[in-house]
Amino acid sequence: MATKSLHKRKSDLANSNRQLEILSNGIFQDGELPTFKAKISETDQFPLKAKKLEILQINVGYMCNQVCEHCHVDAGPDRKEIMTKETMQQCLKVIKNTGAHTLDLTGGAPEMNPNFRWFIEEAAKAGIKDFIVRSNLTIIRANKKYYDLPEFFKKHNVHVVSSMPHWTRGKTDKQRGDGVFDKSIKALQELNAVGYGIPDSNLRLDLVYNPSGAFLPGDQASMEKDFKKALIEDFGIQFHNLFAITNLPISRFLDYLIASENYEDYMYQLVEAYNPAAVANVMCTNTLSISWDGYLYDCDFNQMLELPVNSKVKHISEYNEDLLEGRNIVISQHCYGCTAGAGSSCQGSVA
Amino acid sequence: MSKSYYDPVDLRKFGNITEWSEELGNKFFDYYGKVFEEGALTAREKALIALAVAHTEQCPYCIDAYTKDTLQRGVTKEEMMEAIHVGAAIKSGATLVHGVQMMNKVNKLDG
Repeated sequence: MATKSLHKRKSDLANSNRQLEILSNGIFQDGELPTFKAKISETDQFPLKAKKLEILQINVGYMCNQVCEHCHVDAGPDRKEIMTKETMQQCLKVIKNTGAHTLDLTGGAPEMNPNFRWFIEEAAKAGIKDFIVRSNLTIIRANKKYYDLPEFFKKHNVHVVSSMPHWTRGKTDKQRGDGVFDKSIKALQELNAVGYGIPDSNLRLDLVYNPSGAFLPGDQASMEKDFKKALIEDFGIQFHNLFAITNLPISRFLDYLIASENYEDYMYQLVEAYNPAAVANVMCTNTLSISWDGYLYDCDFNQMLELPVNSKVKHISEYNEDLLEGRNIVISQHCYGCTAGAGSSCQGSVA
Repeated sequence: MSKSYYDPVDLRKFGNITEWSEELGNKFFDYYGKVFEEGALTAREKALIALAVAHTEQCPYCIDAYTKDTLQRGVTKEEMMEAIHVGAAIKSGATLVHGVQMMNKVNKLDG
């Protein structure tokens, strides 16, 4: 398993233009498979347009204590892109006036941003009620300074959404690194101990499942049952919901697909599983993604592909919700990942 | 015409069998879809049975399809291999139980 990001390895695929070329060439160029634009046009869903903003998703930095095999952010300890306090202050200005009801913090490991706690405290003062922190769990056990994170989350009623690819050690560690499973279990037990994930508790703990290889996620409700049964029986762990998320063919997952000669078959799977009902609810229509340096994107995936919003407003410093509403969403073939089967979003299935 | 009897790409064309016999093809696929729905058995249990039978039938298309299907359902490789052993045990048991027939015949002819 790699211990460095594609960026650090100076891989060809660290270049977003190269990724976009791959996604537009070959089977999509010669017409073997329809482009995403052609596919959504069949059901008159092109262009996709942004609706009313509900979720502000802020990526506070690409640094992470893990180097997961399929990370779409290409995150890792060697990534130095971290949101500054100044950019956070610009975000806070927006938060005070936004109509969005949810603030969704992601990374990397968002907790590794030195101003992470300050930012949450300030955002709470600014009136945000629904916080999501996308935690990799192991960060809670990575260093003493993070041990009290469960208590901090509880104090601010943060909704914790944690990655957990499988209920067995083998499959989890293969995807996320040796020792990740045991640390994740310990972190989940600590979150349970302060009240997270307990039925009827308002301290929400949801898990995210994404497949460990070149296949699509199974039915979210069935997977949730299997996860719940295994985690309670084996470790006494409880959680609220499971979000099944499809791996999008970008960054490290694209690298894996190509290296393992699964790219074409995977794209076929995505296109064959295309579901127009999922298109109606894709997350880019109600979410705005903000990068560590304050630029605006339709989603975290477009952020990684460096596809900025199609709007006069490009940066948080010039934010204008009215101008952003109704903008055309920027698409490419990676978007098939969000419209396959029951659909996929940062909140799980959408159809 | 392909130079090989089996081509992985043909699996994607399975649905085309309805083109030459629409009614029977559709009835088959309706039945097939219904069989694999959640019922008294879970869809996961059914997928594992299908994986075992795919091996006893030695159908490369089915092995391809149900390996992927079971992976999608979170089935581990240990569970998959055990399921195949169930199929293998029945296959070998079915061979060996006929040994009794052989023994009966020997005893009759040369007992």
